[in-house]
Amino acid sequence: MRDVAVVAFGQSDHARDSAETSEVEMLMPVLHDVLEQTGLAARDIGFTCSGSSDYLAGRAFSFTMALDGVGAWPPISESHVEMDGAWALYEAWVKLLTGEAETALVYSYGKSSPGSVRDVLTRQLDPYYAAPLWPDAVALAALQAQALIDAGLTDPQELAGIAARSRAAAATHPHAQLRGEVPMGETLVAPLRTGDCPPIGDGAAAVVLAAGDTARRLTDRPAWIRGLDHRIEAHALGVRDLTDSPSTRLAAERAGAFERPLDTAELHAPFTSQEVVLRRALRLDAPDSTVCVNPSGGALAANPVMATGLIRLGEAAARIQRGASDRALAHATSGPCLQHNLVAVLEGE
Amino acid sequence: MPEVLTAPLVVEFPFTRSLGPVQSAFLTGLRERTVLGVTASDGRVVVPPTEYDPVTAEEIRDLVEVGTSGTVTTWAWNPSPRRGQPLATPFAWVLVRLDGAGTALLHALDAPGPDAVRTGMRVRVRWAPERTGAITDIACFEPDDGPAGDGRPVPHSGAFDDPVTQITLPARLDYTYAPGRAQSRYLQALAEHRIVGERCPSCDKVYVPPRGACPTCGVATGTQVEVGPRGTVTTFCIVNIKAKNLDIEVPYVYAHIALDGADLALHARIGGIPYDRVRMGLRVEPVWTEDSRFPDHYRPTGEPDAGYDSYKELI
Repeated sequence: MRDVAVVAFGQSDHARDSAETSEVEMLMPVLHDVLEQTGLAARDIGFTCSGSSDYLAGRAFSFTMALDGVGAWPPISESHVEMDGAWALYEAWVKLLTGEAETALVYSYGKSSPGSVRDVLTRQLDPYYAAPLWPDAVALAALQAQALIDAGLTDPQELAGIAARSRAAAATHPHAQLRGEVPMGETLVAPLRTGDCPPIGDGAAAVVLAAGDTARRLTDRPAWIRGLDHRIEAHALGVRDLTDSPSTRLAAERAGAFERPLDTAELHAPFTSQEVVLRRALRLDAPDSTVCVNPSGGALAANPVMATGLIRLGEAAARIQRGASDRALAHATSGPCLQHNLVAVLEGE
Repeated sequence: MPEVLTAPLVVEFPFTRSLGPVQSAFLTGLRERTVLGVTASDGRVVVPPTEYDPVTAEEIRDLVEVGTSGTVTTWAWNPSPRRGQPLATPFAWVLVRLDGAGTALLHALDAPGPDAVRTGMRVRVRWAPERTGAITDIACFEPDDGPAGDGRPVPHSGAFDDPVTQITLPARLDYTYAPGRAQSRYLQALAEHRIVGERCPSCDKVYVPPRGACPTCGVATGTQVEVGPRGTVTTFCIVNIKAKNLDIEVPYVYAHIALDGADLALHARIGGIPYDRVRMGLRVEPVWTEDSRFPDHYRPTGEPDAGYDSYKELI
């Protein structure tokens, strides 16, 4: 099988409200950034894949407008997933593995500011039994947090510690939205406080993938994708054990995460309590573990919905590219309470 | 930076969904104050029931009736109810495992405060006074101080008179639409009865309406160029079906119009001329109505028609 690597990563500054720019205006500088990093022009790219959501935009086929920022003429090979960009990267990775392309541009973006993202996310729920009750995204995460507390797997102090650690890690991050000392604030939906929840914001991210020698030509230190897998669980919350994430564990196993020690893990955990679940599923809590979790600050520092997962892959890859990591795990999630999980293992040479 | 334009945008859709045999039985059952589950391949009773086994994906159809009381398996206190949620006063979200069920149902619990709620507490269904065959037929749960039921599910045929076979689920999301830099400038110019495109710095084409990016070159279009107001019909169609809420008599003509100085045709209605007299090459100009932020339609200028070669690249 061919080796495929991340050779460039870029992201926007994540902000609460980007009303002065449209999606394509927000996205374009990020696309130019990753193309400049590789010296490629849009017409050199073999495959383009994007992730976004019409429900965030409130408009049908909203991704076709963003495509203007790529330069889709003369015609390009293009695809889109109505999901986080991490799954667009998965599609692009498969395309490169098959040999149908040498390079791929993957991007995703989301503006939560035009609507109420807590309510928008109810539309991903089972439409017969759950969506008519309008259980917002924070409420569902709070049910999971309480289940963890009841099981003795965490407590509010530990959750506050995760929030503090994440935002401290983001203190020097140039793109983060919420950084440094952030008060835990009021109870939003108990047991979750404002500080346990991600900021609501707008942002975009892009990655360039390349295969084999092309990757070596485009960058000094490619971040090789050694394994990539995603697994999903039953949708209904009442069917699952919310304190565990077997899909994350299985994806990690298939991606080879447990074969050798890791030094970095970028976890897509928009809520502090979800980091607890993921750390357990990925065995990151071993007493002798030296894995650095979310050195970027993670989703608690910036959560541009639909781009947050791709950013985890990008942050892990960038850390490898600059020599700060040799073997990193990146995780992305989708669906309520960690229903669907993707894990990648990235390595430097 | 010009003023950021915004406007309210409401996306509302009443989804009508058909139900399979299991969902139909469950929702009809709720209407009749009966809670049904389905037995999964591992013997677990799934409530609310699914048509396929959550583990093996086997089709499952064995309906059973479970209790209307149950046990809270996890909860979350919601101090600020949001639109559409089951209760308007602060309440707890709960997952409830009904007596006889092996899985838990998501709903709301009416309780005086978070101190009155705990995992493991006993609750019972409070039925909505008017029931239609929907999950909201359960108004909410309420604390139950009665004894626990025997917990044995009872086989049920799933047959009811007048079964519910489809449900309509209203959904409404409210947005504040902001068109961004390029389109805001365009709309602001329109309010002054000017039409402004933007030129691509790479290929030199002028796009109208501008969207901030050249779709050919993938670069930002920054330079504003006033185009029109006159233009040429490049192609058109005759509309014979009246659209809902549209106060225009049919037939009428909808056309692509290449404004003078623009490299992309925009589309608009043609008026002031019988529909069967509109032709390619017709020279037109915008007609603004009072207080309108955009041209109501375009009408003939009376100039001679434009030659085909002058607009053939813009069709």
